[in-house]
Amino acid sequence: MLNYLKLIVLGLITLFAMMAASYARDLAYQVHALIVMLVAAGLFLWTLRRTDEPAAGRDLSLEYNDGVIRAGVIATAGWGVVGFLVGVVIAFQLAFPALNFEWAQGYLNFGRLRPLHTSAVIFAFGGNALIATSLYVVQRTSAARLWGGNLAWFVFWGYQLVIVLAATGYILGSTHAKEYAEPEWYVDWWLTIVWVAYLAVFLGTIVKRKEPHIYVANWFFLSFIVTVAMLHVVNNLAIPVSIFGSKSVQVFSGVQDAMVQWWYGHNAVGFFLTAGFLGMMYYFIPKQAERPVFSYKLSIIHFWALIFIYIWAGPHHLHYTALPDWASTLGMVFSIVLWMPSWGGMINGLMTLSGAWDKLRTDPVIRMMVISVGFYGMSTFEGPMMSIKAVNSLSHYTDWTIGHVHSGALGWNGMITFGALYFLVPVLWKRERLYSLSLVSWHFWLATIGIVLYAASMWVTGIMEGLMWREVDANGFLVNSFADTVAAKFPMYVVRGLGGVLFLAGAVIMCYNLWMTVKRAPAKEASLATAVPAE
Amino acid sequence: MSNKPSQLQKGDPTTTGHEWDGIQEFNNPLPRWWLWTFYACIAWGIGYTIAYPAWPGISAATPGLLGYSSRAEVAEEIAAVETRNAPVNERLEGVELASVGDDAELYSYAVSSGAAVFRTWCAQCHGSGAGGVQASGYPNLLDDDWLWGGDIDAIHQTIAYGIRNEEYDDARYSAMPAYGDMFTAEEISQVVNFVQTLSGGTANDPAQVEAGSVLYADNCAACHGEAGEGDITQGAPNLADAIWLYGGDYAALTYTVTNARFGIMPGWQDRLSEAEIRAVALYVHQLGGGQ
Repeated sequence: MLNYLKLIVLGLITLFAMMAASYARDLAYQVHALIVMLVAAGLFLWTLRRTDEPAAGRDLSLEYNDGVIRAGVIATAGWGVVGFLVGVVIAFQLAFPALNFEWAQGYLNFGRLRPLHTSAVIFAFGGNALIATSLYVVQRTSAARLWGGNLAWFVFWGYQLVIVLAATGYILGSTHAKEYAEPEWYVDWWLTIVWVAYLAVFLGTIVKRKEPHIYVANWFFLSFIVTVAMLHVVNNLAIPVSIFGSKSVQVFSGVQDAMVQWWYGHNAVGFFLTAGFLGMMYYFIPKQAERPVFSYKLSIIHFWALIFIYIWAGPHHLHYTALPDWASTLGMVFSIVLWMPSWGGMINGLMTLSGAWDKLRTDPVIRMMVISVGFYGMSTFEGPMMSIKAVNSLSHYTDWTIGHVHSGALGWNGMITFGALYFLVPVLWKRERLYSLSLVSWHFWLATIGIVLYAASMWVTGIMEGLMWREVDANGFLVNSFADTVAAKFPMYVVRGLGGVLFLAGAVIMCYNLWMTVKRAPAKEASLATAVPAE
Repeated sequence: MSNKPSQLQKGDPTTTGHEWDGIQEFNNPLPRWWLWTFYACIAWGIGYTIAYPAWPGISAATPGLLGYSSRAEVAEEIAAVETRNAPVNERLEGVELASVGDDAELYSYAVSSGAAVFRTWCAQCHGSGAGGVQASGYPNLLDDDWLWGGDIDAIHQTIAYGIRNEEYDDARYSAMPAYGDMFTAEEISQVVNFVQTLSGGTANDPAQVEAGSVLYADNCAACHGEAGEGDITQGAPNLADAIWLYGGDYAALTYTVTNARFGIMPGWQDRLSEAEIRAVALYVHQLGGGQ
């Protein structure tokens, strides 16, 4: 019966998408309508062929749903390489403007590729990593199969569709022009539906858990899912110009719009890239180190402090702008109070290794996780420091900000995700071990040196350009033109690009290693992954 | 109990007794240094919000004990610089431009002020080094080849009112006809070949030069001069000096003759103060080509 309903809905979507493609007012919308039409039509046929077929007889309720996690692991690794590659391309486009080829203007120039890079790494790589690990962790720590049957698959494929629509939209010039929230209205609506389904799957699994308590990682994952839903909906409030066009008009304007945007933007960092990834850390570090979490009390206090304080820190992105001074003050104060709650996660991560520090020598995977926590600690110190107005007056609009973001994104988010992937692949594909630990070491060093090159060159160039911008002569006149500062940055831009190449090379090695793990590593003795409470 | 090996070792502190997928948690207290630093940050934060504008109310936010305002601070800084420079700006506005050079102090002030104006407003087109961009027809200001005159007053006039803009009636104005409408392709080619020889270059096709010279004399010489020497009174470029605004190769010249060019420069009369315009005129004048 459900299948007939699905067929009707898919049929209607196909039909509407077909009409939308023909009435489309712009190219991006037309391409998107065609993509939706093909996807819906394909699903229609797929559903049709399975309708009224006898269902497979096995009772799955006692097994974990690992298929969707495996898909998520593949998507994470794949989108990661794509996102890093685009990052390397745009890094060199900045160093060598000739790489903005004349024939590709309007499609592959820096302005179009930059949101493609940021969205690919944050939402495609980071988002898939979060969805996959959260759904893995919630099953293991709840001793329950994912709630909602195939809903998890809807979340996975629905999210991939968001990524494809967003990416093609950027290249074709469809954008809200809001940083990290560029996709236009229909992509926003679709993501909202997918995200609510994600919340339902996650929460449903927690509700039917067989453990008495909810594990700390799940608090973080849940706060990330709920808050991102709120941020996404509010920041993307917009009225479409036409139902057959991609353009929409923002509801907020002026400084209110800027404030909403950075409330969103900052908490995308706070909840997507911090809370969610702390959830990852809280599961994979104790598992890989085989040691208990350092302090339950610390995890409670720093969790609540973190999520309460983070949400207020956004105005520090708008120091010395049209934003009123009071909002600016509060943004700065909350950012500094946030320092210790952020470090609570670092302490719990690092101290979990006490009694297992020797593993740093023998296990490159734990080394990766530990350095990621190190970068987390460094970035969460640097962030509050940069939010101080006096520091911000030097750092804002410079490459220092770019360096800060990347030491967090490459160091913390990247490394902890790599660690999680190295942990997950042997488990999910039932292998005894990884194909090669020495390749993990190679990945570790390439990535670490890459990040150091990246961050160091951006510190140098950021502080340099900040000083050059404010340099005045004895009469109070500016000494440098903007173009002078751009020219002075060239060597550092090349170093930054090389850092990116190293990081990308490490990720490619990882993909090879994971692939070979699935193909070649010895299989583990068959033991069904059953949902049994740990205690 | 779990079928996995325990995470515990000998001598470990107590755990909470919970276990998830083999993960346990120690009952360790909060690290003291962490807690006290957290408290210190909160205390500092409260103090800071008392000192500075912070808590929003119904109609206004608390102003803070220090009476700080970022806008007032900027306004003060700007006012301080303006007050300090006011006398010297007044002097600059009062003197003959040509005689500023006699007053070493005033001249050095004007050049550094003009340099800052140039970097802010002019560098976008003329380049931060004032070398221009030939591909876009932005003139090089370092050489002594001037379209509208290179003495200090002529430069001042050009900066104040601009070139071919619709903003100012006093903007410098000239328009070359587009010969694509009047000449055949062959005639254009002949003229171009002749123009190539004016600056001592070699023509693409020497056979066409003679026919070109006749066409040039009848159509171009009125503005550009018999020998291509140009005329700064009407902004007709010198064609005999091998310095080209848009490029002097065969293709660029053919484009110029066929379509004509119409470079525009905005006037700065209402955007900059008179002292700033004078300063930037003096700056450009001393770059190397001033007359």
